[in-house]
Amino acid sequence: MRELLALLADGIIYSSWLFIIALGLTLIYGVMKILNMAHGSLYALGAYAAASLVGYWMGHGRAPMASYGMLVLAAIAVGVVAGPLIERGLLRFMYGRNEIVLLLVTYALFLILEDVIKLIWGVEAYYVSEPYGLLGSFDFAGLTYPVYNLVLIAVSIVAGSALAAVLRYTHAGKLLSAVIHDREISVAMGINVSRFYLVTFTIGTMLAAIGGALTAPTVSVVPGMGVQVIVLAFAVVVVGGLGSLPGAALGALIVGLVRSAAVHYLPQVELFSIYVVMAAVLIFRPKGLFAGAEVRKI
Amino acid sequence: MTRADYTIPVLLAALAILLVLGLLLPKWLFLLTLALGKGLVVLGLMLLLRTGLVSFGQGLFYCLGAYAVGSLGQFLGIKEVLVLLLTGVAVGSLIAVILGLLMAKYRGIFFAMLSLAFSMIAYGLLVKTAALGSTDGFNVAPPTLFGRPIGGEQHQYALFALACILVSVAAVLTHEYLRTPLGRLAPAIRDNEIRVEYMGASVRNAIHVKYVIAGALAGLGGALVAMTVGHIDPEMAYWTTSGEFIFVAILSGTGSVIAPFLGSFVFEIIRTYAYQYSPNTWQLVLGSALLLVIVFLPAGLWSAFSYIRRRT
Amino acid sequence: MAPILDAQGLCKKFGAVTAAWGISISIEPDTVVGLIGTNGAGKTTFVNMVTGYLKPDAGAISFKGRDVTALHPRHITQLGICRSFQIPQLYDSLTVIENVVIALGIIQRNSKSWIFARTPKIVPGHNSEIWPAAEKVLERFRLSEYRHSPAGVLPEGVRKLLDSALALAAKPEMLILDEPTSGVSSEEKFAIMDTVMGAVRSEGVTVLFVEHDMEIVSRYSQRVIAFYEGRILADGLPADVLGDRDVRKYVVGGQLAIAPSEDGARA
Repeated sequence: MRELLALLADGIIYSSWLFIIALGLTLIYGVMKILNMAHGSLYALGAYAAASLVGYWMGHGRAPMASYGMLVLAAIAVGVVAGPLIERGLLRFMYGRNEIVLLLVTYALFLILEDVIKLIWGVEAYYVSEPYGLLGSFDFAGLTYPVYNLVLIAVSIVAGSALAAVLRYTHAGKLLSAVIHDREISVAMGINVSRFYLVTFTIGTMLAAIGGALTAPTVSVVPGMGVQVIVLAFAVVVVGGLGSLPGAALGALIVGLVRSAAVHYLPQVELFSIYVVMAAVLIFRPKGLFAGAEVRKI
Repeated sequence: MTRADYTIPVLLAALAILLVLGLLLPKWLFLLTLALGKGLVVLGLMLLLRTGLVSFGQGLFYCLGAYAVGSLGQFLGIKEVLVLLLTGVAVGSLIAVILGLLMAKYRGIFFAMLSLAFSMIAYGLLVKTAALGSTDGFNVAPPTLFGRPIGGEQHQYALFALACILVSVAAVLTHEYLRTPLGRLAPAIRDNEIRVEYMGASVRNAIHVKYVIAGALAGLGGALVAMTVGHIDPEMAYWTTSGEFIFVAILSGTGSVIAPFLGSFVFEIIRTYAYQYSPNTWQLVLGSALLLVIVFLPAGLWSAFSYIRRRT
Repeated sequence: MAPILDAQGLCKKFGAVTAAWGISISIEPDTVVGLIGTNGAGKTTFVNMVTGYLKPDAGAISFKGRDVTALHPRHITQLGICRSFQIPQLYDSLTVIENVVIALGIIQRNSKSWIFARTPKIVPGHNSEIWPAAEKVLERFRLSEYRHSPAGVLPEGVRKLLDSALALAAKPEMLILDEPTSGVSSEEKFAIMDTVMGAVRSEGVTVLFVEHDMEIVSRYSQRVIAFYEGRILADGLPADVLGDRDVRKYVVGGQLAIAPSEDGARA
């Protein structure tokens, strides 16, 4: 029983992390029909920016508790700078091209960003552990967990709900739903689709960056940390359905729990299990568990 | 034919030039052989690209071909190069026949993602398999040709020459395949699948066959690379390896069966020197080059060649 | 003579819309039949069912005595029914002659025994007879001057011709043309129909064509079938069908609301 609770706890923590990472990816796909291979690099950017900002903050002897705010600030900064730069500077010229071409464009972007990160921050590892340890830890099912993990869960719930609320209840959100459904008609109806794309991509970037920023205190921030993340995010998004928000949540939950089970019972299949789930969903329900906005052509 | 097809004479000439080059520049033998091996994978990828499919998982066959060679040597002591190469082809084909049953049903992003998933599954398995060296992989001893040593430090030229002949044969076969009714279907499927069905051909079958050929070529390439480099590891199945192959394929374009090898060669040179002089910017260079090609030269570098050729 | 195509009781619904209410049609071999009807009347649905693109909810279709109701389009093509499309379905990035070569290659492959169909011929120079054969097809359809143009840049009339040429390349026994002259200027319409019919009729091919232009219909068909709201309104000689008052009301004259006085004053 205790074993099971531990498994569930680990699974939920991992799922929250996966959800935050996958949310931005599925949002961008849903609206812009772009599967962004550079998503992991944006995540890494967020981690590095957080490391720098918190490092600077703490280095000047400021209040440690505010370092959480710094994490969020770093993510927002990355979103606001990198998002528009990429969307306006590159993607804008590629709309209307085949989805595979766009995939390759984002792949090129991934290659570029990986080196940009190295050029800015060098190749040594960064550590920013203060926020992680600050809140202490708590006991659950006989094991000790850092309270930080609760922050992760909280952020994922907040981010998901906020996005869902915006889509459902605000005027802008409804327009966005229209754009998701059909770009051409939206343009014909006078919706400024171009602006929506910019905003969506910026928010998607911010979400990726938040994922990275929140992860930074728990790992050593090194070049290449985004590479693994991309495929995980893909797996989650594919399972839940490309472009579906509730799908991302469900996908994150499933992948997170499967991986947790693997880690607890059969560690050899940890990595493999995630991709098996992804492959299984692609085979049996290619549209994902929640039919997303994408229609696959046979 | 409406246009004279010079591919085979050009191929034979290139073969001759390469063989001579290898004698004159022994320091380049390693690079050349590596480029030829990887070029085989790209050739298979090119076939799929012509059909309108991008596989982000050719690394799977490449890696399995390599591991087949390594395992035969490590566990069964088999070193005969022809057997090893044949095994690479066999393993690649077999896995592709099985996976192809599924893959042929998908297109576009789903095809790409599913292929990626399968190669990552292989990666995940290999990384945790201690008997195969986990993340470190293991070394591959130099092979023998009818008992005589080939490859390794001493006999690089022999392996290189074998690779040249192998590649020429593969290129010729692929070229001829593309001129058969089934091979010709590739661009037709890319342009208009429905029309192909209405003409009486099965698109799924056609794609399956091409997927198997690509898998066989990738397995062969992996086997060759394993013997050239002397070491294999799970990284060969990681998605970034497949990404490199895609990069070379895009760079070379789908114009001719010679293109993948030229592109592969250019890539290996850039990689070696860029890495030496500036290890932190070589991906930047790659990414920018890819972008430039996508934006300005959608048919790859080869189209620049053909354009020039047609003008003169 | 036994009918070459026999459709009995075809029904097809798309949600709330019924495109076919028990359509029954028998086509005699070596005839030319025109199918007319307003948009949504069920002509294209009928064609789609015959060619295997859609499966009827009920009813059966047999071709040369063989049941083809649930067959896939490519099997139906292999059996001898080919079609052209309302919007020409071409291989846009390939040249005109390459388009035809592909069609001929598929036929060539399908016609050999299964062993030979599956092994690619490695010998260089094989298939050399395909290119001259393709040239002949282009000649018959007056497309020779376009042979090296990519299909995607052709003018609409030429695209229509190519579409029909591709359908005919398979040497079908029955050819179905879906709006062969729509989207084409009036001067070209007759040229296109003359070319296509000329190429086809010498072989004794049965032709079904869907058309909106009544002049074309009356000129080229031996029999006309009028569709309306999923049912057959009239079936017979062109002059009779085109003169039929229901057909005039619902098909030829369009579906405008008719004032009561006009209704009562029918001739």
